[in-house]
Amino acid sequence: MNTILNQNHFIILSTILFCVGMSGIFLNRKNIISLLMSIEIMLLAVNINFVAFSSFLQDLVGQIFAIFILTVAGAEAAIGLAILVVYFNNRKNIEIEDISSLKG
Amino acid sequence: MNFTLYLFYIFSFVLVSSSLVVVSTRNMVYAVMFLILAFFNAAGLFIILGAEFIAMLLIIVYVGAIAVLFLFVVMMLNIDIKIAQEINRKRPLLMMISGVFLFEVMMTLTLSKLHSYDPKILYPIKNDVTNTYAIGSILYTDFILPFQLCGAILFVAMIGAIVLTLKEDNRFVKKQIISNQVFRNKSNSLEIVKVKNNTGIDI
Repeated sequence: MNTILNQNHFIILSTILFCVGMSGIFLNRKNIISLLMSIEIMLLAVNINFVAFSSFLQDLVGQIFAIFILTVAGAEAAIGLAILVVYFNNRKNIEIEDISSLKG
Repeated sequence: MNFTLYLFYIFSFVLVSSSLVVVSTRNMVYAVMFLILAFFNAAGLFIILGAEFIAMLLIIVYVGAIAVLFLFVVMMLNIDIKIAQEINRKRPLLMMISGVFLFEVMMTLTLSKLHSYDPKILYPIKNDVTNTYAIGSILYTDFILPFQLCGAILFVAMIGAIVLTLKEDNRFVKKQIISNQVFRNKSNSLEIVKVKNNTGIDI
């Protein structure tokens, strides 16, 4: 048992968080909103990894990159939710298993 | 066990458990609320790491903008949640992928020694200035091109969201109809009524 906070704690934490988000994508068959939230959780895990390495290596670039990830996450959430709203207006439900229109 | 480690365990426990609630609950409003809780705990972890600016940015951007956007969409769509849900046959296989990924990283961390090679520090963290000052002093100078590209990405996302959700009808555009204004006179716009005492008038 480590008695001081080191990189391994944060690597394990972000891996667990990433796996939670990834299993959320696999587990979820109901609607796209929770799928988007799972993607947000995965991006948060990546951010934790970046900031942790930035802090332990004493390099500031990791934090800069975390800001860029935040930007892309915001853009992705906005576009995803806009697509979701349009899709809901057309189909009146957002269940993932019903989205098979593009299957050949 | 020092205080920082204790704090780390508290934050990370709440973070992982609330994200488990996010991915497993059926009620979307609860999911958004627990997502907000997860973001707050991640901000606490960032403060432990000494990245105060990212922590505040996480609270402002994620909780203040993205989570509220999720909440708006959840409340606007009015989804009826179907409780009946058949078991997906591929689900254990798919769940195993993330389990295997977790197992691999754990084994890599425990069995192998993380060889910390001598990293080339490009922008070292100075201890005499604040975190926000340090980030701003390199974000606006050396990282100005990616910063501008971030602005472009947000601009494109904004335009895309507006174009996708805006209806075709011109209900947002109030047009001036000049002939109606010209032909408006006293006889079709003004009416004089005599009001009796203690009675109202129909408008």
